[in-house]
Amino acid sequence: MIRLTNINKQFKKLHALKDINIELSKGQAVSLIGPNGSGKTTIIKCILGLVTPNSGQIFFDDININEQVAYRSRIGYMPQIGRYPDNMKIGQLFKMIKNIRDTESKLDEELYYKFKLDTILDKSMRNLSGGTRQKVSAALAFLFDADVLILDEPTAGLDPLSSEILKEKILDEKEKGKLILITSHILSDLEELTTDVLYIQEGKVIFLKSLSDLRQETGEEKLNKAIAWHMKNSMKHDLRYIKIAK
Amino acid sequence: MLKISKYVLYDIARNKVAIAYTLFLLVISLSFFQMEANSGKAVLSLLNVVLIVVPLISLVFSTIHWYNSYEFIELMLTQPISRKKVLLSEFSGIASSLVTAFLIGVGLPVLIYNPDNIGLALIIVGTLLTLSFTSIAFLASVKSKDKSRGIGIALLLWFYFALIYDGLVLMILFSFSDYPMEKITLLLSSLNPIDLGRIYLMLQMDISALMGYTGATYKEFFGSNVGLFYTIGIMFIWIIVPIMLAVRSFNKKDL
Repeated sequence: MIRLTNINKQFKKLHALKDINIELSKGQAVSLIGPNGSGKTTIIKCILGLVTPNSGQIFFDDININEQVAYRSRIGYMPQIGRYPDNMKIGQLFKMIKNIRDTESKLDEELYYKFKLDTILDKSMRNLSGGTRQKVSAALAFLFDADVLILDEPTAGLDPLSSEILKEKILDEKEKGKLILITSHILSDLEELTTDVLYIQEGKVIFLKSLSDLRQETGEEKLNKAIAWHMKNSMKHDLRYIKIAK
Repeated sequence: MLKISKYVLYDIARNKVAIAYTLFLLVISLSFFQMEANSGKAVLSLLNVVLIVVPLISLVFSTIHWYNSYEFIELMLTQPISRKKVLLSEFSGIASSLVTAFLIGVGLPVLIYNPDNIGLALIIVGTLLTLSFTSIAFLASVKSKDKSRGIGIALLLWFYFALIYDGLVLMILFSFSDYPMEKITLLLSSLNPIDLGRIYLMLQMDISALMGYTGATYKEFFGSNVGLFYTIGIMFIWIIVPIMLAVRSFNKKDL
């Protein structure tokens, strides 16, 4: 469904993405794992067209994303740090997005109500706490029932209860056979949600494997241990990250 | 596109700077017309305000608004909307509000007190200047990374177009005063919309008679329809080229 071929991205001196080749298809729930600054968010932003790669192409359903923007109506995106117009209220924001998308399809307002956003419609975006902001981002990402969900650190900053609500929602959507791309540092969270693991380091894809393959190969049941095993055995780049993962 | 512009306009209407700008222009125009017995003189005073203040406000307001609505722009770009559309909607929202402010603040009093050719020319030039400097401000904001640099560049551009450029032209004219410079001066003035607007407006007025032979040749050119079309044409280039360059640069920008 989404195919990246030979993607390279250079930010001034930093070579953020090095020759990325991946293909993601429907029904997969891919967790994108890697140390801080390894290029996770850059990959996501490339897929969304917010960052333009220096070379290489990205295809969404075999259509180059540079050719049209309509593909973005099929992506629900939850950013790592949601930035919204300061002087808008929550209610206005939702109304505006709905108005601009103007879709015929049914809206999925489950999270909107479960996070009780309908009770704080008059709160201005400026005064929102980090967690509430995350809730708004999540509700917006799921609102249009998109085929592809891209979630950048979805549970960061959410309280345990909301985090559970969100995880359940992601599981539900996964059951529907959507493609889900999710990044997180909380590997235990990802374990229940994912079918495949995409591990990147310093802008390079180290592996893209299904979770069962990974388990078989490493003989470890837990995702964090499996990844730690992999890192220990195949490469000893970033010891710090292994320690955190353990 | 209109949908997004609507939200831009809504945002501008709420922050009240555009309303303050309208009132400021209105107060200035009305007081000039009240103070001068001769409305022609009032238009001349107003001309200086238009040539200095309008570009400044257009540049600074557009730049600040661009950076303040950066979150909005980012949000729009995660939706299925092309970058060109987002940028042009922002531009049309800001430009239309600034033009409205100008038409109410200056256009209305001029039409009431001095509804002749000169008044009309002042309104046309002011509107075109607003549009071209909004367009230039967009190019500067898209090109520069952070807010302070963007506003700095906008101010520098204003200094250049409103003050420094005249000095440069004078220097050139003095150093080459032995040669016939009429055509070249015309060319030089086209490189600066404020200069072009000033020359065009001056030559609509009686004072051009004081400018001797050179004034007479210009009067022949700018007084005719050709001059009017030339001025409007060059101004349109100053509106379209910067915004198109801004779109091109914005298409490649990383957010």
